[in-house]
Amino acid sequence: MRKTRQELPILVLRFCVLIVSVFFILAGLIKKEHLEVMQKAVKICLECIGIG
Amino acid sequence: MFGMHRNRIEKGRQEKKRLSFQRICQLSFAVLINGYAAGFRHGKIFTGSSKALCVPVLNCYSCPGALGACPIGSLQAAFGGRRPHVPFYVLGMLMLFGILLGRAVCGLLCPFGLVQDLLHKIPVPKIKVPKKADRFARYIKYGILLVMVIALPLFVAIKAGFAAPYFCKYLCPAGTLGGGIPLMLANEGLRAAAGLLFDWKVFVLAVILVASIVIHRPFCRYLCPLGAFYSLFQRFSFYQFHLNEEKCVDCKQCERSCPMAVEVTKNINSPECIRCGKCKSVCPVHAISSGFVCKGKKEEQEELRQQ
Repeated sequence: MRKTRQELPILVLRFCVLIVSVFFILAGLIKKEHLEVMQKAVKICLECIGIG
Repeated sequence: MFGMHRNRIEKGRQEKKRLSFQRICQLSFAVLINGYAAGFRHGKIFTGSSKALCVPVLNCYSCPGALGACPIGSLQAAFGGRRPHVPFYVLGMLMLFGILLGRAVCGLLCPFGLVQDLLHKIPVPKIKVPKKADRFARYIKYGILLVMVIALPLFVAIKAGFAAPYFCKYLCPAGTLGGGIPLMLANEGLRAAAGLLFDWKVFVLAVILVASIVIHRPFCRYLCPLGAFYSLFQRFSFYQFHLNEEKCVDCKQCERSCPMAVEVTKNINSPECIRCGKCKSVCPVHAISSGFVCKGKKEEQEELRQQ
């Protein structure tokens, strides 16, 4: 019984993180953050390749 | 006698099969996310809509073949942009990959991990990092995640209005290997613009590549901020490893073969484990199993035991 109680937080945490991550993605999509990501990713990042 | 010989051959075959599974995963994912072949030919990058998606691994979005965005670059761009904000979209994606797979992303999907794995196959004497130094150095990646990826871009952007992606600019070897060098080779204009910073980045890349020959995955162990992020989810991710203590004969073969020097028998789901499956393949009594679990620990152990 005690063991099951100890295991419960992991189970809850696992599903909580899954739900929060999906919620974050949706929130980001609503805020159009994916377009910001795309805007950055379609231009050559000079810092990343060692120029700028 | 013949039985023992047969067992050894069988074990060798299984190991080969396991390794090839890891390689197939690594190679196919590397090709899948870097499939824009024309980019390498013309020294340009892909500009299609798939670049709005973050890939789960360290793969520079300035790599000519890249079809997706680098999550670490995107995080820095959000924290260090003209309007710094919490990047919900990128964080959500990283959390999703982390909670589903943990560091299996590092072991099975990362192209830079593949490069390090292949370099480590070069037959030269290997270096075993002293335990104390190794334990200390493993914390560096958490520092890099906190300082170079989050804090520095955020504070500099708040103060100065804009911040550089410090990790990408000064440290990231994947950007130099996948983005910088191929672009420089194919694009004369960029080649002319390269200066001291590029030299520094090539130096960092060379040090990491040489170190990879003698130490297994030094970048993943000590420096990768993405690995540090995923390791936070390792203990409770859906993909888990399980050690059947009743079957285990404590031969420590798993620990001797572990490329990340994890104490498998003590802490099988250690934050340092990249879930390459090496321990599983060398276990003589098949005491290690892995799989996706979504129940309590007790039930999941029962399930994995039955596999």
